[in-house]
Amino acid sequence: MATQVTESPLDTGGEAALVAEIRVAMPEHGLRHDLRAVGIVWQRELIRFRSDRLRAVTSLIQPFLFLFVLGTGLSALAGHGLPAGVDFKTFIYPGVLAMSVLFTSVFSAGSIVWDREFGFLREMLVAPVSRASLVVGKCVGGATIATLQGVVFLALAGFAHVPYNAVLFLTLFGELLLLSFTLTAFGVMMAGRITQFQSFMALTQMLVMPLFFLSGALYPLNGLPTWLSVLTRIDPLTYIIGPMRHAVFTHLDIPQAYVEKLAPGITWGNWVVPIGVSLAIVAVMGLTMMSVAIAEFSKTE
Amino acid sequence: MTSVGADLGEVDLVGNGNSRKPVISVAGLTKRYGDVEAVRGIDFEVIRGETFGFLGPNGAGKTTTIKILCTLAKATSGRATVAGHDTSTEQEKVRRMIGLVFQDTTLDNYLTAEMNLRFHAALYAVPGDAVQPRMRQVLDMVGLWDRKDGLVSTFSGGMKRRLEIARGLLHAPHVLFLDEPTVGLDPQTRSSIWKYINDLKRREDITIFLTTHYMDEAEHCDRIAIIDHGKIVAIDTPQALKASIGKDRVQIQTADDPAAIAALRDRFAIEAAMHEGAVTFSVASGEEFVPRLFAELAVPIRSVSVSRPSLDDVFMSYTGTTIRDAEASSSDAMRQMAQRWTAGRR
Repeated sequence: MATQVTESPLDTGGEAALVAEIRVAMPEHGLRHDLRAVGIVWQRELIRFRSDRLRAVTSLIQPFLFLFVLGTGLSALAGHGLPAGVDFKTFIYPGVLAMSVLFTSVFSAGSIVWDREFGFLREMLVAPVSRASLVVGKCVGGATIATLQGVVFLALAGFAHVPYNAVLFLTLFGELLLLSFTLTAFGVMMAGRITQFQSFMALTQMLVMPLFFLSGALYPLNGLPTWLSVLTRIDPLTYIIGPMRHAVFTHLDIPQAYVEKLAPGITWGNWVVPIGVSLAIVAVMGLTMMSVAIAEFSKTE
Repeated sequence: MTSVGADLGEVDLVGNGNSRKPVISVAGLTKRYGDVEAVRGIDFEVIRGETFGFLGPNGAGKTTTIKILCTLAKATSGRATVAGHDTSTEQEKVRRMIGLVFQDTTLDNYLTAEMNLRFHAALYAVPGDAVQPRMRQVLDMVGLWDRKDGLVSTFSGGMKRRLEIARGLLHAPHVLFLDEPTVGLDPQTRSSIWKYINDLKRREDITIFLTTHYMDEAEHCDRIAIIDHGKIVAIDTPQALKASIGKDRVQIQTADDPAAIAALRDRFAIEAAMHEGAVTFSVASGEEFVPRLFAELAVPIRSVSVSRPSLDDVFMSYTGTTIRDAEASSSDAMRQMAQRWTAGRR
């Protein structure tokens, strides 16, 4: 390739050479380039999250209300169903912890819709990188900020009488990350289709609340009427909240019988879905939705 | 270090015969959106190092063409290559070669100017050690180096456009696309943007493809293509296009315009039409014609103006309308459509 530089009337010859260097040295498309793109998209999510502290605070208000207001208010009533020594707040803690990442994940994907309206999406779409790396960066970025928010809530575990145990916290952290990733992938997939921010917010809100209520976040999965039992098994959130509650209850100082009563495994007929399978279901869903999102963003007008 | 023209000349001499090679070449290009044919079979070539302008009213197909060249849209038929790569089959290679400045801003307002550029550098795989010096170079060029830490949301419209131009150049593209680079800016900012673009042509070996609907901006181009209703109606240097008309434009205001038009036809065999609120026509030598006009036209004349052919006249002679009329009628049409739409919803 012939050197394409002409000259650059700047003060130093070095800068003129720079132009040539950049042109000639631009590497062919490769994995490193894609990873760099993933990295910068991820970094942008973090910068924007850091500069928007208000969002971080406001999105913690709702789980806060659920845990402390609803949890305390209902504990007298709901306490009768619980064995002695188990607080209602402890019972709903895993569900509310999941809630703390719910909206942040889905709405972080909403910034794509925003970017489309304000043009920045175009800057990304015309770049010589695979669309896959943009979508992956977005999903990982959304998962990161949502999990960071979950960590704030994780720190409040003591108020719900959940012990500060390293294994438990690592487990919960990993599960939060998985949940956040899948939810962000869901949001990105929706954002691939929806071009208006209001519609995106309305539609995702409409979908997210039922998912939360049907997931057994606030009640145990055993002894439910058939219709609700079926719906909870269809809800993907069930398969992450189940393992989270299991993790919490196995680390409480209570008899095994209580654990089985309060955090029963998810059953399909008579088969108890192992925790590994349960988590795999969530991971596969996340990856599938991310693939759909990649396909959507790879289309050309 | 500032003997710019000479240096560019030298490049042509040593440019191993490539300098006249087309950087952009388009053949039989069409684009259809449903029933609407936005581009109806256009052909043109852009030579390396030239500034090529697409001139036409809004809705003529300029932005659609740019979108196809930038791989943002697929052509319905025909072929386009940029820097030797097919825009529909070698999208990534094309994207690597081009810089883009869109009509609407595509900056992230919540990031600093520097972070916007760093984001771009990563997506375009600018080598890590070249990012900082190159960033300084392009920001210096548009006079924004001292504002690099400012949030883009605090920038004025002109600053944003300048930052976008800097960003479009960051990865040293072979072709820079500017879609209406000065639309929506005040005249002073417009002229400063043009100063940067002209500087750029001198500094870097770059081909510029731009669209505009401002006649005076088209004058900055080495060659222009006049596009109207999705077709190229003329393509040449601004000088050659003006010379091709060879006529002066006369505009008169009269007490009775229709009568004046009729009288011009009967008396002088001149086809006149209403443009911009005045009876407008072209004659070979305007100054000599005006005394005859006063002597022989029965309709009282209130004012008269004679002008040398401008690009406006070129546009008019090729399309039968002035660009302002074309814009007005297209915005009329849009207004009517909007009215119909709201009426239907009521």
